[in-house]
Amino acid sequence: MNFAFSEEQEELRRTVRSFLEDKSPSAEVRRLMETEEGFDPAVWRQMAEQLGLQGLAIPEEYGGSGFTYVELVVVLEEMGRALLCAPYFSTIALAANTILHSGDDAARKELLPGIASGETIATLAFTEDNGRWDAEGITMTATKSGGAYTLDGHKMFVLDGHTAGVIVVAARTGDGISLFQVAGDASGLGRTALQTMDQTRKQARLEFSGVPAKLIGAEGKGWDTLGRVLDLAAVALAAEQVGGAQKCLDMAVDYAKVRVQFGRPIGSFQAIKHKCADMLLEVESAKSAAYYAGWAAAELNDELPVVASLAKAYCSDAYFHAAAENIQIHGGIGFTWEHDAHLYFKRAKSSELLLGDPTYHRELLAQRIGI
Amino acid sequence: MDFRFNQGEEGFREEVRTWLGEHLRGEYAALGGGGGPADERGWDVRLAWEKELGQAGWIGLGWPKEYGGRGASIVEQGIFNEEYARANAPARTSFFGEGLLGPTLIAFGSEEQKQRFLPGILRAEELWCQGFSEPDAGSDLANVKTRATLDGDEWVVTGQKVWTTLAHHAHWIFAVCRTDPDAPKHKGLSFLLLPMKQPGIEVKPLKQLTGSAEFNEVFFDEARTSADLVVGGVNNGWKVAMGTLGFERGTAFLSMQLRFDNECQSVIDYAQKHDLARDPLVRQKLADAWIGVQIMKYNGLRTLTKLLATGSPGPEASTSKLYWSAWHQRLGELEMELMGPWSEVLAGAPYEPDDFQTTFLASRAETIYTGSSEIQRNIIGEQVLGLPREPRPTEGTPR
Ligand SMILES: Cc1cc2nc3c(=O)[nH]c(=O)nc-3n(C[C@H](O)[C@H](O)[C@H](O)COP(=O)(O)OP(=O)(O)OC[C@H]3O[C@@H](n4cnc5c(N)ncnc54)[C@H](O)[C@@H]3O)c2cc1C
Repeated sequence: MNFAFSEEQEELRRTVRSFLEDKSPSAEVRRLMETEEGFDPAVWRQMAEQLGLQGLAIPEEYGGSGFTYVELVVVLEEMGRALLCAPYFSTIALAANTILHSGDDAARKELLPGIASGETIATLAFTEDNGRWDAEGITMTATKSGGAYTLDGHKMFVLDGHTAGVIVVAARTGDGISLFQVAGDASGLGRTALQTMDQTRKQARLEFSGVPAKLIGAEGKGWDTLGRVLDLAAVALAAEQVGGAQKCLDMAVDYAKVRVQFGRPIGSFQAIKHKCADMLLEVESAKSAAYYAGWAAAELNDELPVVASLAKAYCSDAYFHAAAENIQIHGGIGFTWEHDAHLYFKRAKSSELLLGDPTYHRELLAQRIGI
Repeated sequence: MDFRFNQGEEGFREEVRTWLGEHLRGEYAALGGGGGPADERGWDVRLAWEKELGQAGWIGLGWPKEYGGRGASIVEQGIFNEEYARANAPARTSFFGEGLLGPTLIAFGSEEQKQRFLPGILRAEELWCQGFSEPDAGSDLANVKTRATLDGDEWVVTGQKVWTTLAHHAHWIFAVCRTDPDAPKHKGLSFLLLPMKQPGIEVKPLKQLTGSAEFNEVFFDEARTSADLVVGGVNNGWKVAMGTLGFERGTAFLSMQLRFDNECQSVIDYAQKHDLARDPLVRQKLADAWIGVQIMKYNGLRTLTKLLATGSPGPEASTSKLYWSAWHQRLGELEMELMGPWSEVLAGAPYEPDDFQTTFLASRAETIYTGSSEIQRNIIGEQVLGLPREPRPTEGTPR
């Protein structure tokens, strides 16, 4: 029984943290969030070439380094802490996981090495205007004629959909939900970047009219893959949320120690101190949940669906609460554009909604534990 | 990261399971897991059960072998607690002896004190109570006024304790008393051991909001105890008492989660049985309760790992009391909500709440004892997060 990261995993954390402190300081986050593409291609390349982050959990036979989901959790936590602006979550947690778990070895061989090397940016086009994360939400159709498929309809809220070179699309054929691979520059594909409240994670609307697509995995079996991918992605997101929440707590505590009112540091007032104590309780609990879920994801064991929803529900609430309290503890300065508190607050909200909000995941969990 | 147990540990689990299977029968099994420090249902049977545990060597599991314990590892203690909860075995009666005084004596006691008192705890023959709180010394424990003065080879104690749980069953009390009234508040205290059955001690039960009376007032009127029954040295009682509280707040909670897990499941079962679990709001609350109890487990496992690696629990341990007490109160409120109007109807007279009603009522104490939630937040804020202390009034001497 051992619920701790290994020395190597801690070393990975230190490496990623210092890389991100260097490459993703507040000024960079602010510069990139104002751009349409929302990331720095040079940093993306360094992430792959210097640290091997994109290939971290991709098996060696597909060009990755074959580490586990636990290592991925460490990396994502640091990215959440630094508010890294990059298509990492979309490429790795969504697209790479889908390809990896699609059962389609040809697709893996074709796509994963490019992702691992940092060459390919990819994403998963799942949600539509209805915003749903369940199977019923997928209404887009794929038509087969001859041996080839074409896609018609739209996808909405697609993370990094306007910059991805490879888009994995969930659509319906007569056999049910199936997965398709579409090139970012495919003919008939219209891509529009959305103006989003959280500017640190980009979203796009995709319009398909007769877009040629290649089937991934077996036709009609897409949901088997997606069900697992949603769980894995929820764990990844929970890890990101933990990193952001810890950062909010750090900011709040640091400020509470130095800001003086009524002749004493505000952190000596119980109203502030007790808020911080509650934040610590939630942040530590969120870590326990996300790390445990990371282990279940690494093992791909039976607990995964339950703990994925558990972690997503709990970490969403904990992050949002920490981000909101951080603003409160900062007072007026916390409400300014100049202070970073709002960046975390907005990321907390967008992450809370991504992959289904806490209410949705508590309901899923209830079903999964047989209630 | 690995949540599997090794072979030795699994063997130990088997041993526990077998023993419980063979011994937890009849009236013992009928008790279920009910009861707790503020709930003495089935007391006599629970006491008999405790003696069985003692005979089989399950009390003081983690104590060093030289003091009659089994020297079990923290993981083994966790396994024992897990199996104990899984079997729904009776709530323990030797909490104050095994959980508090024993570890305190092992850490601070003299060799004679250990030899004299540890065996009685291990056999569940001598029961203890905790004499810390007084009318003017609750959260502010250092404000204790009960006086102890040396008279030849005896301490003479006069004063009053309050909220003393199970004092009416206890053979002994460990009491924080003032031995130097001229020293600053924290410096004039001593940790004394006194026999309860003596003319100078009077126990008056206090009826709780649960309708029963597990805690008491304890009055000392020239009560006496031997001069050598001071633990950790004269006027060093604050340090010893803090040690005791450390044990109380430390690992004792690790077993709580498992009882809560059972209780949470019984709430889910109740909702399903009464066809309430289709309501989306009820489903949200059940899922939330279930998540809470799992998080307690994960937090506990992280704490356990830190204890194993470093000998001291990490910051999340300090939050556990705050966490479980609030969680349990919410569960009690959910239980009432599910019962609807039936939540008002007691199981019996004169004032006999059932299990759900007992949780609802008794859990109000849990955010008060062992350091109230406010005190816990102070501790977390100041000792874990390093926030500045509140300005305190100058520390005078308590007269
Ligand atoms: C069921 C039960 C069993 C108990 N068993 C025992 C026992 O066996 N032995 C024993 O010695 N004691 C026992 N106690 C007593 C318990 O330890 C005290 O009740 C507790 O320490 C609080 O003290 P108090 O009741 O005097 O409340 P107070 O200390 O007066 O607190 C009243 C309120 O003020 C708040 N408060 C106090 N100080 C601060 C502060 N600095 N900052 C913010 N808020 C503050 C508290 O949080 C609380 O909300 C028991 C209590 C209960 C309810």
